[in-house]
Amino acid sequence: MTTHNPITRRRHRRNRVAMVFSIFATAVGLFILAAILWELLWQGLGGLNMKVFTEITPPPGSDGGLSNAIYGSIMLTLVGIAIAAPIGILAGTYLSEYARGSKIGEAAKFINDVLLSAPSIIVGLFINAILVVPFGTFSAWAGAVALAVIALPVINRTTQDMLALVPNTLREAAAALGAPRWKVLVFIVWRAAKSGILTGVLLAIARISGETAPLLFTSFGNQFWSTDMGKPMANLPVVIYQFAMSPYSDWQRLAWVGALLITSAILFLNILARSLAARSR
Amino acid sequence: MDDQTMTHPADHPATDSVAALKPRRSVEDHPVKLEVKGLNFFYANNHQALTDINLSLRDKAVTAFIGPSGCGKSTLLRVLNRMYDLYPGQRAQGEVLLDGRNILAPKEDLNVLRAKVGMVFQKPTPFPMSIYENIAFGIRLYEKLSKAEMANRVEAALREAALWDEVKDKLHQSGLGLSGGQQQRLCIARAVAVKPEVLLMDEPASALDPISTAKIEDLITRLADDYCIAIVTHNMQQAARTSDYTAFMYLGEIVEFDRTEQIFTAPKNQKTNDYVTGRFG
Repeated sequence: MTTHNPITRRRHRRNRVAMVFSIFATAVGLFILAAILWELLWQGLGGLNMKVFTEITPPPGSDGGLSNAIYGSIMLTLVGIAIAAPIGILAGTYLSEYARGSKIGEAAKFINDVLLSAPSIIVGLFINAILVVPFGTFSAWAGAVALAVIALPVINRTTQDMLALVPNTLREAAAALGAPRWKVLVFIVWRAAKSGILTGVLLAIARISGETAPLLFTSFGNQFWSTDMGKPMANLPVVIYQFAMSPYSDWQRLAWVGALLITSAILFLNILARSLAARSR
Repeated sequence: MDDQTMTHPADHPATDSVAALKPRRSVEDHPVKLEVKGLNFFYANNHQALTDINLSLRDKAVTAFIGPSGCGKSTLLRVLNRMYDLYPGQRAQGEVLLDGRNILAPKEDLNVLRAKVGMVFQKPTPFPMSIYENIAFGIRLYEKLSKAEMANRVEAALREAALWDEVKDKLHQSGLGLSGGQQQRLCIARAVAVKPEVLLMDEPASALDPISTAKIEDLITRLADDYCIAIVTHNMQQAARTSDYTAFMYLGEIVEFDRTEQIFTAPKNQKTNDYVTGRFG
């Protein structure tokens, strides 16, 4: 419906201008994302074959794959998340349910938020100082712990946020039946926030599976097949870093494949997290 | 005094309500279940929300609390099962005697108390689990039952809340999938399933459509044969239809407390008269 009132006409005009700018900004963002994905697919798919999954990283000039790095990345990420998830969920629960409004709680929340944006290379150096230097060797354990330190504040924060979304009336309703506090928490509040918390864990996995800096000083890398958590372990981000910087074209091609694998995994985790979050609404 | 106020036709208090008054039964001889003596209540900011409340709730009878928003009705209800204890800083002075025992005593076991004094909230609050589990959750808190016994208890509770016929084929579906009115009856079933002695209802029908409201009111009338019921309502017709006694509250005090028919046909206090005739509130 058109109106000839000058005020509404001016508003319509402004609305159109704002709309054009927003669409333009969205298009720029999407274009960059699409360009990255396109380049990745273009360069990565070319080198993708079974050998990538069955053979270990090769010396320059010979054939090989990424199996040791893929295994290493999965192990480092899983062990890291196994350390971070329980601590993060419990800490987030404490901060959200028990320490609400207390000085210590507010301070801990603030520090957690600082940690959330701490540069990951600092985390790598810190773990290097406490777990690599004293033991005299790079190790997968140190890498997993470094990843856990990065995942921890993410899980902690999402747990807090998800628990804050659980309506207080639900806690009151359970308490009104005579349920002790821990039962209210475990059987009602956690259950209500379950998919949100799980989403947080998945996003944390996505976050740490692409981290390079904290692994450089901890897990380092390993050009051979190794499953020993006490020894250096190969991992995709560090391999990508090394191979992409190298002058050898076969290494560069493997770096593209590695990048494609990580990106696909992160994309998959994000989609999974989204669908989980959507189901909980 | 009443003769003067009743001369004008408009002064006949709540004529509709009178027509809808609950069929009278004699509850005068019912024993006192809950006695409130000299109760004062303060919120965390030291704001006094209740001042010198004195009243008795009879067993197997319905007592309604009416009054304008913010008059302290809900606050009073939340003292009766010490729900306020969930929030640090809120405190009550005076005595609330349940069968002669002071439940405000510091050593009172709140979980046992709340199992005895059930509560139904304004907004239906089904737990994020199946209909069956919604009921079983409360029962399990204090009783160990076999599967068959539990199934019987769940069915009995759902029948008591007039919900059985509507849900018997979908007991294992989520309670969140029910309509608002069904959810509220589920909450009532959940509350009666733990065999409480007192049932507190905080505007149990104010979020529901008229048909669901009628069902809830029927239910209240029937439940009154077995429980001591306290109901907070904004709807004066509802108070008139469902209750045996009515307390009119204003600014944290009880202005008048009497038989419901007395309050609605011949209130002694001018303020009560103004409120039940719809002049303020």
